Amino acid sequence: MTKDQGSRERHNPRPIYVGVDVGASRTKAVVMDRERRLLGRAVRKSGTDFSESSRLCVETSLEMAGASESDIVNAVSTGYGRKNVACATDTRTEIGCHARGCYLAFPMAITIIDIGGQDNKIIKLDAEGRRTGFKMNRKCAAGTGAFLEEMSPRLDVPLEEMNGLAMQSTDMVKLGSFCTVFSATEVLQNIRVGKHVTDIVKGLFFSVIKRVLEMDSLTENVVMTGGVVAHNPYLVEMTEEAIGRRIWVPEYPQLTGAIGAALYAMQE
Amino acid sequence: MPDEKKVVLRRLQSAKDLGKFMAEYYYELDEAAKNGKRKIAWCTSVGPAELLRALGFLVYFPETHSAMLGSTRMATDLIPKANAIGYSPDICSYLTADIGAYLEGISPLAKVFKGIEGPPRPDVLVYNTNQCRDVQDWFEWYGTEYGVPVVGVQTYRNVGEVTDDHIISIKKQMEALVEPLEKIAGVRFEREKLQEAVRLSRKCSDLWKEVLDTASAVPSPITFFDGTTLMGAAVVGRGTQKANDVYNILLEELNDRIAKNEGAIEEEGYRLYWDGMPVWGRLRMHAELFAGLKTNVLASTYCNSWIFSALDPAAPFTSMARAYTELFIVRSDEYKEKYIREMLEFFKCDGILYHDAKTCPNNTNCRYGMPQRLQDETGIPSVTIHGDLNDLRLLSDEQTKTNVEAFIEQLEERR
Repeated sequence: MTKDQGSRERHNPRPIYVGVDVGASRTKAVVMDRERRLLGRAVRKSGTDFSESSRLCVETSLEMAGASESDIVNAVSTGYGRKNVACATDTRTEIGCHARGCYLAFPMAITIIDIGGQDNKIIKLDAEGRRTGFKMNRKCAAGTGAFLEEMSPRLDVPLEEMNGLAMQSTDMVKLGSFCTVFSATEVLQNIRVGKHVTDIVKGLFFSVIKRVLEMDSLTENVVMTGGVVAHNPYLVEMTEEAIGRRIWVPEYPQLTGAIGAALYAMQE
Repeated sequence: MPDEKKVVLRRLQSAKDLGKFMAEYYYELDEAAKNGKRKIAWCTSVGPAELLRALGFLVYFPETHSAMLGSTRMATDLIPKANAIGYSPDICSYLTADIGAYLEGISPLAKVFKGIEGPPRPDVLVYNTNQCRDVQDWFEWYGTEYGVPVVGVQTYRNVGEVTDDHIISIKKQMEALVEPLEKIAGVRFEREKLQEAVRLSRKCSDLWKEVLDTASAVPSPITFFDGTTLMGAAVVGRGTQKANDVYNILLEELNDRIAKNEGAIEEEGYRLYWDGMPVWGRLRMHAELFAGLKTNVLASTYCNSWIFSALDPAAPFTSMARAYTELFIVRSDEYKEKYIREMLEFFKCDGILYHDAKTCPNNTNCRYGMPQRLQDETGIPSVTIHGDLNDLRLLSDEQTKTNVEAFIEQLEERR
């Protein structure tokens, strides 16, 4: 904590810390107190104005926490739009923030799989929460939320219904292609031969899992986070089946980056 | 709003001397191409330049032209022109950018050097496939286009220990170049002239090594990004006294910086090794990115590739064969790992960055498990960025930035 920050904390009856994660698809904000309790949270579309979406997110999460801007001791931002957050005094990478956020929920050696709207990350932490390595997906949308977003209109299925449909599958379609565009062709081919939408959607989910699992090896304890996981919990079940062991999911998988940013705000 | 800190890069004064050297080099070639008084040979950057100099050729290196196409960010628009005539976007983007530029009739030389319209017309093209097969395809295309001979040396690949058999084979191939080159040059080969070229080339190599080795000082007086442009003289000028003169000046300045404890960047918190090609169109951006993170990328496999310590004027052909076979790029992964381990130790590196260059597999060393093996052996962590030497369509600046920043955060956590 800086001297300035310490002074602000002492003079503030209700000191709070803010973390903002401006992702390619959604902006997330959290408000936490010194005891690392989550007091407020908000998620909204990032849209085309990152400053405005982050401002609105912070406003909503402050309201939820029953706090005001003057209560903020410090704020840190992360994500693609991290430089556009007005209240932030510093930035950290999504990788660092997801690591912090996950370690708060699961303080042990973990491998984090974060499936975001635009990119995937695999982050490895040791028992003390220090990063030992990380990987991001290559310059390709395969295996990211963008892949499911691309496929949803092709199947004429709203994104939010995909999880339920995948769960109903009885005969999953296998999609072989690495590439999003080629996968779309495979999907069209499966529609043409009369495969059920439920089986195709499950095939899409499995494609996401395959892309992620080929990025890196996993250690014993695996945590999954990110918006895609938050909205498609069946994806976690499928991944558990694929790797043959339990996967940990934090209470708010979409907010781990923002929580990590708030934790950095406390530290700084 | 988080502050965007302005990064100031510390320029080396002697870079101006290097610039002057490069200008004179290109003007001499241009004049020869126009008046026809000297024969011009095009040569691959680690090809047998000494033999060409001994036969009186002026030597032009198309790879340097391609690097200029990259650094001026002209390449990305030119690559598709070569793709359209059958050269895949997946092959060497030096080749595709250069052929694209030829097809369009444009050149960065014309922008930089007044009066020069483009590369000098060749009388012969001479390659060594020690870098890759692409250089041969590249040169053969020009051979057909200009209607001039193309000759070369076929290398070995994935070489562990360099044996006498390797050397004898490459030496014979080099000796076999003499006769056709004599005919084109119109002069008789003289061993003494080759010995002199090899002597000068070895001196250049030794000086360049000394320049790069200054990076072992803490703080380092030089960055990898400096090195990628300063190496121009080692590439195009080895075998000439002028190149050696430029490096003597540079070395003096670097040693002066070391004496004053002056680093190449304002604050050197972390020291990194770069493996693979530079991203030519992002040199400045990357230099500023790392300097802003108090990190000096100070050593590389790439810049070290123009060190030819085996060159020996007493045995010119044998030593050329050895020098051009001992190159990192020609060697087995086992050798490469050992080499990088030694470099990490010598340059006191905290981490290693691998550039996975989409169109340059031969200069990309992170595709067969090497980062994991080296990290297990040394405990030194690594990060991989995906990009390309010339084709800017193959990279994401934002993703590179996030990867690099996250890597430095990781180093901070572990310190």
